[in-house]
Amino acid sequence: MKSLLSLTVNGRQRDDGVAGNLLLVDYLREVVGLTGTKIGCDGGECGLCTVLVDGKAQHSCLTLAASCAGKDIETIEAMSDGGRLNAIQRGFHEKLGAQCGFCTPGMVMAAEALLRDNPDPDEDTIRTEMASNICRCTGYVKIIEAVQFAVDEIKANPNSKQEAA
Amino acid sequence: MDGNGLPPAPIKSIGVPMPMVDGPEKISGRALYTADFYDHAALTGCIKRADVAHAHILSVDISAAEALPGVHAVITGSETDEGHGVLPVSRTELPIAFDRVRYKGEPVAAVAADSIEIAKAACDLIKVEYEELPAYFTAADSIAEGSVDLHDHRPGNIERHVDYEIGDVDAGFGQAELVHETEYHCAEVCQVQTEPHAAFAEWDGERDELTVRASTQVPYYVHLMLSKILKMPKSKIRVIKPFLGGGFGARTEALNVELITAMLARRVRGTVRTVISREETFITHRGRPEQTVKIRMGMTKDGKVTAIDCQTIQRGGGHSGYGIVTILYSGSMLFAIYDLQNVRYDGKRVLTNTPPCGAFRGHGTVNVRHAFENAMDEMAIKLGLDPFAVRRANLIAEMGHVANDLWVNSYGLPECLDVVEKASGWKDRKGNLAPGKGLGLACSHYVSGASKPVNWTGEPHATINLKLDFDGTIVILTGASEIGQGSSTILVQCVAEVLGIDPTRVKIIAADSRVTPKDNGSYSSRVTYMVGNAAIEAATNLRGVLVAAAAKKFDVNPEDVECLGETYRAGSQDEGMTFDEVAMAALEGTGTITVKGNFDTHPDSWGGKKYRGAAIGGSMAFAYAAQVVEVTVDPDTAEIKVDQVWVAHDCGKALNPLTVEGQIQGSVWMGMGQAMTEETRYHKGLLISGNMLDYRVPTFVESPPIEAHIVESIDPHGPFGAKEAGEASLAGFLPALTSAVADAMGVRAHELPVTPDRLLRILEDKEREMRSSATAAE
Repeated sequence: MKSLLSLTVNGRQRDDGVAGNLLLVDYLREVVGLTGTKIGCDGGECGLCTVLVDGKAQHSCLTLAASCAGKDIETIEAMSDGGRLNAIQRGFHEKLGAQCGFCTPGMVMAAEALLRDNPDPDEDTIRTEMASNICRCTGYVKIIEAVQFAVDEIKANPNSKQEAA
Repeated sequence: MDGNGLPPAPIKSIGVPMPMVDGPEKISGRALYTADFYDHAALTGCIKRADVAHAHILSVDISAAEALPGVHAVITGSETDEGHGVLPVSRTELPIAFDRVRYKGEPVAAVAADSIEIAKAACDLIKVEYEELPAYFTAADSIAEGSVDLHDHRPGNIERHVDYEIGDVDAGFGQAELVHETEYHCAEVCQVQTEPHAAFAEWDGERDELTVRASTQVPYYVHLMLSKILKMPKSKIRVIKPFLGGGFGARTEALNVELITAMLARRVRGTVRTVISREETFITHRGRPEQTVKIRMGMTKDGKVTAIDCQTIQRGGGHSGYGIVTILYSGSMLFAIYDLQNVRYDGKRVLTNTPPCGAFRGHGTVNVRHAFENAMDEMAIKLGLDPFAVRRANLIAEMGHVANDLWVNSYGLPECLDVVEKASGWKDRKGNLAPGKGLGLACSHYVSGASKPVNWTGEPHATINLKLDFDGTIVILTGASEIGQGSSTILVQCVAEVLGIDPTRVKIIAADSRVTPKDNGSYSSRVTYMVGNAAIEAATNLRGVLVAAAAKKFDVNPEDVECLGETYRAGSQDEGMTFDEVAMAALEGTGTITVKGNFDTHPDSWGGKKYRGAAIGGSMAFAYAAQVVEVTVDPDTAEIKVDQVWVAHDCGKALNPLTVEGQIQGSVWMGMGQAMTEETRYHKGLLISGNMLDYRVPTFVESPPIEAHIVESIDPHGPFGAKEAGEASLAGFLPALTSAVADAMGVRAHELPVTPDRLLRILEDKEREMRSSATAAE
C-alpha cells in the first residue's frame, strides 16, 4: 500500500508514491536515483547514510521516507556549488579527508550540519559532534584537518559557505 | 620563456603532496561503487546461509522457493563442482556448499528474485536437511585426537605445519645471558571496510558472455575464478572494478558473493545485483586469525638477541583461503627487521568450523610482531635497558641477504628510531610521567609486494599501457586496483614526473579487463613498487618517442633535444615546440601512440630454498616503522586512553607525502582497533559480533592524534626510490600499546584486545598478589 509523499529533495519539490516501510535512504537511492548517500551497515551503526532533514543531520537508514512529508532533504549531491566543491568538500580533497571515499558523503553531511550550528568548533567538538560517523581509512586525523580547513576557509571568505537553510 | 619570464622547466610531480586524482568524484557523491549500479531489469540476489557449523548436507529442497511468485532462479551447491581459493593446491572452497557445511553462515543456496523482500522470503522457504558433525571452534579442539577431518585432503585438520631452524638455535641460547619465554594471544579481527560486499553481473544471453562488476581488490583473480567456477573461457568474461570502499585484505581473493551473483545471472540469462548486509560481510570474513604466539628469546646483557624459538598456532576457519601463505609469513617475517641469525619456527595453521580467515593488512606478520616486540620490552625491563637501546643493539648492519635469504637493500629503521625518540621526548619523559601514564615503543616492517606471484604464468609482475592521441592527453591504462590507497594518483604522478608535464594532462583508466592490461591486484603493498616501476618504464618509452619526433622536426639528433615537459627544444635559444606540437609530430604517419612498460622482480628477491615455502616473504624491498605510544590508564576502571602516537615510517622516497601520511595514520589507527577494542566473537560458531557496535571500531572520540613522520631511505630498485607505505606501521601499535600500559601500571596484558575488563582483571590480580605477599611478610 503506497501513499503520496510530497517533500523537497535538494531544493526540488517532488511527489512520489512510497510504501509505508520505505527507508529514506532507499527512497533517495532507488526512487530519486541519488546514489551518493551510502549504506555501510544494517542500521544506525556507521553514519554513512547521513543526510540533512530540515537542516539537521540524520541517519537516513533510521528514517522512514513517509515521515519526511513536507520536509526539506539535503544530500551530498547538493553540496557542490555550481559543480565546484564547497569549502567542506575542498577540505576533504586538499587535506585527504577521503581515502576510499565510501564514508565521505556522510562525513561531509555531518560536517555541514556541525558548521551550520557552530561555525568555529574546536577539535574536541568536532570529534564529539561527528562521532556517529565511522571511517576505516584515515584514523580520523585528516578528516579533522579537513573540517578545520573548511572552518578557516569560511571565516576568510564567508561567501564560500553555502546558504544556510 | 613562459608568462613569468622564466625559462621553461619540467614540472615536478614526485614528492609533491598532491590530493587524489579521483577525490572530486568521491567527495561529491558522483563516484559509483558496485552497489550504486542499478538496472531496471536487474534481479536481486540473496544468499541462503547454513545455520549449522559442521554437517553433511543430506538434501536441499528448493521447490517451495521456486514456486514463490517473483522468484526467477534458485541455485544450490550442484550449480558447480569447481572450487575457488588462492594457491592452486587449495582451491577447494565451493561458492555454494554442496555436500558439507564447514561454518555457520556458509552459503547453501541462492535466489534471484524481483525484490530483496521476495528473495529473502524464498531463502526462508528453502529446506536443508543436515546430518550434524562435531564442530570445532578453537584450533586446539580441531587438532585434538579423534576429531573429524573438515577436508579429506587435510588429515588432522592441519592446513599446514611449518617447522624449520635457521642458524644454530641451541648455540644461540648458549650465548645468551638471559633467556625469557612469553606467550601472547591475539583475538580474531575483521577488516570492516565501510563498503559491504556487492556484485553486479550481466549475462549477455545472445552471446553467452558475462560482465561482472565486483567490490574486489583483485579483479584479475576474480576473472580467473569466474572462468573456473562457470567453466567458461576467460575471453567471454569481462571484470570491472568500480570505485571500492576499502579493502584492507578482505577482498584479496575471489569471494562467494561475486561468484554466486555470476552463477545467478547465467541462470536467469540476465542481470543480477547482490548487495550483502554488514553481518554477512562479517561472515564472509577473510580477517586476521585468532593466534597464539609463544616466543623464547635469548639476549646478551647489552640487549643483543642471540636466538629465537617461536611457536604459533592460527585458527584458520573452514576453508584454506590464504592459510598457507599466512602461516609462512608469520615465520619468514621474523627476519629482515633485526639482525637475527638463529631462529626456530614452528607454525600450525588449523582448519576450524568458523568463517575463513584471509590476508588482513600486515598479513601474517602482525600477531607475531606483537609477541616479538613485547618479548624485547619484557627483557629490556629485566635487564634494566632502555627499549631504544635494545632495538639499536639488533639493527641490520649490512645490506643484502639476511639469514633466511630475504633481500634487504634499504633500511631506514635506525633513523625511524631516532625520529620517534626525539619527537616523543622519550629521553626526558620516559620514567618521569605522572602516575597512570606510560610510554611504549615498538618497531615493525612489511614487504613491498610479494616477489613470487601466486599464479606463476611467466608474465611480468606489472604492465602499463600509455595512450597518447591528437588531443595531447596521456591516458594510463592499468589493471591496478584503486582501493582508496591512492594507486591511481601515484601512477599519474610517476608518468607526469618522467615526462615533466602538467599532471592534469595525464588521465587514468583502471581495472576493466576489456580495456586495461592485467594486474595481479592491490595486496601485499605491491602497486606503488611494481606498477609504479612499470609506469616509469612506459613513460620513459613515450618520452623516447616524443624526443625522436621533436628531433625530426628540429632536424637534430635526439640526444640534442631538451625535454622540458610542456616544451621541447633543440637549444637554449630555441623557442621550441609545445607538448601538443610534439605530440602531433609524433602522430604523423603512425596515428595514436601506445607504448608499454613492464616490471619484473629480481631473482635475488625471490626468497630462499632453505625450507618448503621459503619464497613467502620474498620482496624487492622492505618498509620499516617505529612508533611511540603514550597512554593514560584510569586505575579504577582500567580504561586506556591513547594520548598521542608518534610514528616514523621508512617508505623510501615519499612519492606523495600527503597520501603517505594518510596511509601511515590509517595503519596505526587500525592497529589501535585490534589492540584495544576489536574482536570477533562466536557462540558455538554463531557470529555474535556481526555489526559495528558489538564489533567495536574506534570512533572519532577515542582516536588519538597520530603524528606521522616520513623517513626516506631511498630504495635502489624502487620507483624513484619508493617502498611500501600502507602496512608496515600497523603491527607496531599493538606492542607499543601493551608496553605503554606496562610502563604506566606495571602490568602487561598478554591477551588482545586490551579491553578495560581484561586489564581490570590483571590489575586486580596484581593487587591481590601484593596484598597476600604483604600479609605473608607480616
